[in-house]
Amino acid sequence: MVKSGSEILVETLVEQGVDTIFGYPGGAVLNIYDALYKNSDRIRHILTAHEQGAAHAADGYARATGKVGVCLATSGPGATNLVTGIATAYMDSIPMVAITGNVGTSLIGRDSFQEVYIAGITMPITKHNFVVRHVEELADTIRSAFRIAASGRPGPVLIDIPKDVTSAECEFIPAGKVEIHETYDVTTEELETVAGMIAQSERPIIYYGGGVETANAGAALLELMRRADIPSAHTMMAIGCIPDTEPLSLGLVGMHGTVSAAWAVERSDLLICIGARFSDRVATNPRRFAPKAKIVHIDIDAAEINKNIGVDYSVVSDAENFLEALLPYVKETKHDAWRAQIAEWHKTLDYVPKDDDSVIHPHQLLRTLYDMIGDDAIVATDVGQHQLWSAQYNRCRKVRHFLTSGGLGTMGFGYGAAMGAQVAFPDRTVVHITGDGSFHMNLNELCTSVTYNLPIITIIMNNNVLGNVRQWQTMFYGCRYSQTDLYRKTDYIKLAEAFGGRGFRVTNIAELRAALSDALQRTGPVLIDCRIDKDERVLPMIPAGGTVDDIVAD
Amino acid sequence: MEKYILSVTVQNNAGVLARVSSLFGRRGYNIDSLTVSATTDPKISRMSIIVQGDEPILEQIIKQLLKLEEVQRVDHLQEDESCCSELVFVKLRAENGSERDSIRQLCDLYDAHIVESTGQMMIVELSEVPSRIDAFLDVISNFEVVEMSRSGVTAIEK
Repeated sequence: MVKSGSEILVETLVEQGVDTIFGYPGGAVLNIYDALYKNSDRIRHILTAHEQGAAHAADGYARATGKVGVCLATSGPGATNLVTGIATAYMDSIPMVAITGNVGTSLIGRDSFQEVYIAGITMPITKHNFVVRHVEELADTIRSAFRIAASGRPGPVLIDIPKDVTSAECEFIPAGKVEIHETYDVTTEELETVAGMIAQSERPIIYYGGGVETANAGAALLELMRRADIPSAHTMMAIGCIPDTEPLSLGLVGMHGTVSAAWAVERSDLLICIGARFSDRVATNPRRFAPKAKIVHIDIDAAEINKNIGVDYSVVSDAENFLEALLPYVKETKHDAWRAQIAEWHKTLDYVPKDDDSVIHPHQLLRTLYDMIGDDAIVATDVGQHQLWSAQYNRCRKVRHFLTSGGLGTMGFGYGAAMGAQVAFPDRTVVHITGDGSFHMNLNELCTSVTYNLPIITIIMNNNVLGNVRQWQTMFYGCRYSQTDLYRKTDYIKLAEAFGGRGFRVTNIAELRAALSDALQRTGPVLIDCRIDKDERVLPMIPAGGTVDDIVAD
Repeated sequence: MEKYILSVTVQNNAGVLARVSSLFGRRGYNIDSLTVSATTDPKISRMSIIVQGDEPILEQIIKQLLKLEEVQRVDHLQEDESCCSELVFVKLRAENGSERDSIRQLCDLYDAHIVESTGQMMIVELSEVPSRIDAFLDVISNFEVVEMSRSGVTAIEK
């Protein structure tokens, strides 16, 4: 049947299983919004306050569901406002399709009103992008975008559609949802080699990352750890794959990881990296990372092998496929001496924060929070100290319950991400943990949660400073607090009320508990302004470029 | 730093050159030369890229190129197992007869052609492997070189 470009876009999105998109209208997307108006029963459009919020919401939706998130913006500033959100998704390998309108093809290249070359701008922050110049290409381009976004190592794809393409008509031939069936051939030789290295190792450790979450390989990983008695440590992107309550889990590894994990990596004779990339936040000093270990790297992306660290052996595969194939080759083993050594490090070296109920210490805040929100709750964070504390003291038991910008470190990510998660799961508790610095970046999105009755609970760890940068200034810049003291007078209770939400201010754990119980009953957004001390630090810490010898723990 | 020859087949789409050069820029890889040309299939173009680096950088460049949607194939060509050639034009100022004779002799020696000769200027052309071109440019620099233009290498596996 003959359809316009805008109708084809809607049809193809529905065909790809999309029922929700996040966006913001504008001149170049008028035709698309007209089609959305007529199809509002098939696709739910969430209108954000700013396109950046739409991009983060699509990202959060994707992180929470595992499906491809979709955002839509107009040309020019609408498109450039998506850029930070697209880059955030790219760095964390999140499947996303960003659709931008552009000026008509006859106006392209003439510096027309609201024209930018968004395909050029997003080239280095997308897996791929398209400019659709003919309506006949539109349907297949959208299908390709969904395939690219979700296949292999996932990531964002941008489709730029000039306005005249959205009004032009052509024959539309329906097709099915793009199904991705990828197989990574892992050879017997590869499996025997890795199993052999495990069998010979006396001090093995597994270091895993977001690839385990993406492949949903937590159960297989835990089985390998238990069978071969291998402790593991993880990146911020892999929170929830295996609960940190698991005795074999050493928790986070890297700049703010546990001391026992850092020593286990340092002394290991075999380090198996699964679905992680030896980033500078983990391998703080790449030349001295796991210096005594043979390193095995399992990753779906061949380009990650030998990128940051030269490895001894590698297998290109998704984590689930590899682990399931490996398990039959691995014998039951015990590493009692190694485990005892790690337990000793844990007992004597791991950082234990001190409780004090009269104030709000971050670890107590998180403990109280997790006690009250239950196992199903989704936590989204911004970036800074609050994010690191949230990661350190997380109690996630499942994947896709902790949404954070790990790679790009985007302040202002959290609120949009929380909205995406809450839209995807209206019945679950969604908590946005933020700092007063991050929250100010995109707090405009409060209006969106009010409009759509999204009962997101925002916990503001309010220390009136840019705490993480300030911590570096304390430790490495002689306490010269350049532009990190905020001196802001924002009244978060009034702010929440001005937007149509509810706000609380709390200064101790009892007040926090009371505010949370109120917030959990509400149908709209709540802000909880939690006053914490500005000198609270994220500990332990390995400074950038440092090693286990440089750990700061008090 | 070694030099490597890569032959990259790409889909002949608008923007594919920008995508490849953006990748090199972003990752900080050094390109010595890059040529793009048609193949027998109008949908496919060939890029011949000379890159500088070491083995780990070469491995990364190849893998990163293969991640681009429009890149179909990347071959690392060895100079002795492939045909590779580059074209150079050199414009020289040569006003007296003895200079012109010396240039002619040099051209004969390297199989270069004199494509233009006026009262004061000569333009010579040479198509050769890059190392021979380097050598030719080295000796021709004893004369007064006004301008020089190299095409970049194009290559094909034997």
